[in-house]
Amino acid sequence: MLDITKLLEEIKASPYEEVVIRAPHTGLVHFADVAEGTRVVGPTGMWKEIPGTRIATMEREHNPKPIVAHEKGVISKVHTELEGRFVEAGTPLVHLRHFLSKDEVLGIILKKALYLFNAPERAKYYFAPDADKKIKASGPKAVTVHDGQELFIMSRMKREAALNYSGPEGVIYAVYFQHNENVDAGAPLIGVCPPDQVGLIEDVVIRVQTEWIEQD
Amino acid sequence: MDIDKKIQHLTERLSYIKDIFGDKQTENVRLLETRLEEFVQRENALPLKEKTAAVETIEDLFAFVEKKLENELTPMDKVRIVRHSQRICLRDILENVYDNYTEIGGKDENSIDPSMLIARAYITRRSGKRTYHQPVMVIGQEKGHGEEFRNGGSVTPWGNAKALHYMKVAETENIPVHTFVFTPGSFPIEDAPGAAQQIAKNLYEMAGLRVPIVSIFSEGGSGGAEAIGLADIRLMLSHGYYSVISPEGAAAIEGRVRGGERAGSELIEKCAMQLKMTAEDNVRMGYIDHAIEEPALGARPFHYEFFRTLRQEVIRATDEVVLSVKGFTPFRAMALRRRRGKTIEDLDLENIYVRWSLSSSARDRLVGKRHKKFLRLSRQAFLDRRPFVRRFSAWWYDKGWDIYSYFKYDLWRKHQKQVIYAVEEVDAEARVLVEKVLRPWRKLTNALPTTQGRDDSKERELTMLSQWDQEDEARNGQWSYVSSRSKEDRAITCPNAATHGCLDLWAPDLFGEYAGVCNYCGHHFPMEYQWYMHNIFDPGSIFEFNSEVESANPLGFEGLDVKLEQAKKKTNLKSACTTFEARIDNVKVVVAMLVAPFRGGTVGAAEGEKFIQAAERAKKKRFPFVAYVHGTAGIRIQEGVNGVIQMARCTMAVRRYIDAGGLYLVLYDTNSYAGPLASFLGCSPYQFSIRSANIGFAGPGVIKETTGMDIPPDYHNAYRALSRGHIQGIWDRRDARHNLRQALLTMGGRNLYYR
Repeated sequence: MLDITKLLEEIKASPYEEVVIRAPHTGLVHFADVAEGTRVVGPTGMWKEIPGTRIATMEREHNPKPIVAHEKGVISKVHTELEGRFVEAGTPLVHLRHFLSKDEVLGIILKKALYLFNAPERAKYYFAPDADKKIKASGPKAVTVHDGQELFIMSRMKREAALNYSGPEGVIYAVYFQHNENVDAGAPLIGVCPPDQVGLIEDVVIRVQTEWIEQD
Repeated sequence: MDIDKKIQHLTERLSYIKDIFGDKQTENVRLLETRLEEFVQRENALPLKEKTAAVETIEDLFAFVEKKLENELTPMDKVRIVRHSQRICLRDILENVYDNYTEIGGKDENSIDPSMLIARAYITRRSGKRTYHQPVMVIGQEKGHGEEFRNGGSVTPWGNAKALHYMKVAETENIPVHTFVFTPGSFPIEDAPGAAQQIAKNLYEMAGLRVPIVSIFSEGGSGGAEAIGLADIRLMLSHGYYSVISPEGAAAIEGRVRGGERAGSELIEKCAMQLKMTAEDNVRMGYIDHAIEEPALGARPFHYEFFRTLRQEVIRATDEVVLSVKGFTPFRAMALRRRRGKTIEDLDLENIYVRWSLSSSARDRLVGKRHKKFLRLSRQAFLDRRPFVRRFSAWWYDKGWDIYSYFKYDLWRKHQKQVIYAVEEVDAEARVLVEKVLRPWRKLTNALPTTQGRDDSKERELTMLSQWDQEDEARNGQWSYVSSRSKEDRAITCPNAATHGCLDLWAPDLFGEYAGVCNYCGHHFPMEYQWYMHNIFDPGSIFEFNSEVESANPLGFEGLDVKLEQAKKKTNLKSACTTFEARIDNVKVVVAMLVAPFRGGTVGAAEGEKFIQAAERAKKKRFPFVAYVHGTAGIRIQEGVNGVIQMARCTMAVRRYIDAGGLYLVLYDTNSYAGPLASFLGCSPYQFSIRSANIGFAGPGVIKETTGMDIPPDYHNAYRALSRGHIQGIWDRRDARHNLRQALLTMGGRNLYYR
């Protein structure tokens, strides 16, 4: 069984992710105005249309190309010795300390704790009638699913097909699709966890929501 | 009670003056303020008679000060007057100018667009003992004294579509259209039908609307005004403005203000002055036929006298339009002419009766007259440095083509069948005769051995397999023009590299063989206009005309002379529009090209004139007409109304061309925005785009500022325009020649020469 408390402690012990920004290809490196401790931001704007902070410029064949931050965080190391030098592809240029946000922490935990069952194709999904009744009556956590169970109806352009659940046995912890809305192929439909872990996971989620302090 | 009302009224007048003049004229404002306050304090103590007298004195003082201030109004003050919530709006006009009306298609906010108001109205006139009700269709923007949902008279595309619909209704009912322009500009959203495209449609339809149109301008903001402003007679309220852009917008462009900042008020004031946007200026330049004098500091709903004047002016204008195209109306026309000198109050217009419905032939004359009227406008606003002899010969060349095309297409087409039958008969007879005579000679030559082999290239071409590398035989893997950027030894990164994984491209490859198209994802890098000129059309087939017509600075806008000089030097062109004749696979076409490097491809008087001349030429010669838009940023704002009038003029030229049976094709290349798109480009039934194009009405910055909406980065992308139905297809740059040829062969007007 997965020890979620331990997992949370682990994340708390190192609440950030170390991102190494590497040279995408060979070329001359010129660092932008960054140093250890500089705060950088990733792409912003409603459509992520504004690129992140420029960290360096790489020039190959007279083609200067900006290297930008893809996450927000604090620069922990700059390989200043490479300034003005020709580097190979994959050479680390800058180390970035990216502090995890609440959503990211939850994502990590749930990813480890839950089994996600994904949509096989873009369609609208519904629960099969018997599961549907139970969910409507007493919530998704009342439904236990097992491998091969007929759980969904996949509806596309008015044609409907039954879809069987495949994966470990457990209760439905989370439902990720909405009634009457299309789900893209590969997007999760439900998250399943063993019945004895439901309470534990709920606790952790609440703890993360209340206790986790996001750092800019 | 009555006194209270009067005090309330005076307070409103005072706050109006304060709003108009801001921090100027403080002395006059203070004078009025103190006098009014004094009176309010004393009021209760006074007996009624004295009260009334005192109020009258203050009213006189207000009138006096207002008249005094009237002489000191700057153009920007007039802009503030026009935008003020106390200014008269269309509902007031409907109430006070017309005798009866029914609002159509909406009540207050429950309307498809509350800022566009349509009403069927009546004007009642008496002639002798008879009473006539004369119906009109009233169309105009409603500002509703600042009602929130009216959006300040900024009309959405569907509001303009509604206006067009009811113009068509008026045409069916054969009643005149009165349009009232009360708009700061169009609401710049792209959602179908599209701000630009709907204005273009309106212009196109109004260019051929077969009923009299009289328009009255109060606030004429660029595209929004044009959407209902193309009229037989254009009147303007004396405190109104009619301009290509708001002074704030002009200041933002002139001051190069970016990212939500605002230009300084001094610069705005200066731009308002330089744009020559007042009624007086517009009458002088000829874009407005007549200004209607307003009371001091602008008309407000309590100026009942003014509404009477407005009513007379509107009636007179409609009479004038109708009489000018009616058959025999010597006495009434004379009476109308005689009224010109007189003030409107001296006349008893109600006694002259003119029936406002027109016969079919009169309607034709009406449309013809409208086209002539607009064709004459803005002729003084560009330079033509050709010597007299050249101009004279060009005129003769034109006339020659008129005569030739008359014989070839009108006369010949009509009698073609009979002539062809006759020729066929004679030809068949002659053939038999010749055959008889030549038979002995043929026998002899056939018997002799021939030295020369038959030419079997056609046969081979049809029976042999084609070679992949010679498929496009004309270019044989080479482009006739190669961009100068291909001489640089450097690599270029495709902007889609992050998402599509494109590798770097070497400039000589990219701008040479690949024609500026990313090899991996198909992203189109913008190319020079010369690339298209030389690679789309047959080599050596380009013949430019009217190249001497030069952009000028008709308003004397500060700094434009220098900028134009720089542009002329940089591009070696004299205006942003180049017109030429060319061939595509031996199909002759007339092309008008808007060139982006010349002041952003903006359209002013010279560009408009060249475009019109090109359309006329295509019409005369029965050639297809292609508008190739390398790029255009809109109307050249520094030319003011001289620029914006080109929207109407060019659309009318296009309408004449299409009505004469021509094929008008538009091809967009890079960034095509604003005025031209909202008129002569957007009205084409066949608009195509190269993949590199961005097509829209207003840029992202303007949309953000006017609507408060954030728009996605690909909002104006050609594919989005295609999904909205604004264009008809998207072409790969490398296939442009082929596709254009295909388009010319498969579409077309009925009178094209090759059909």
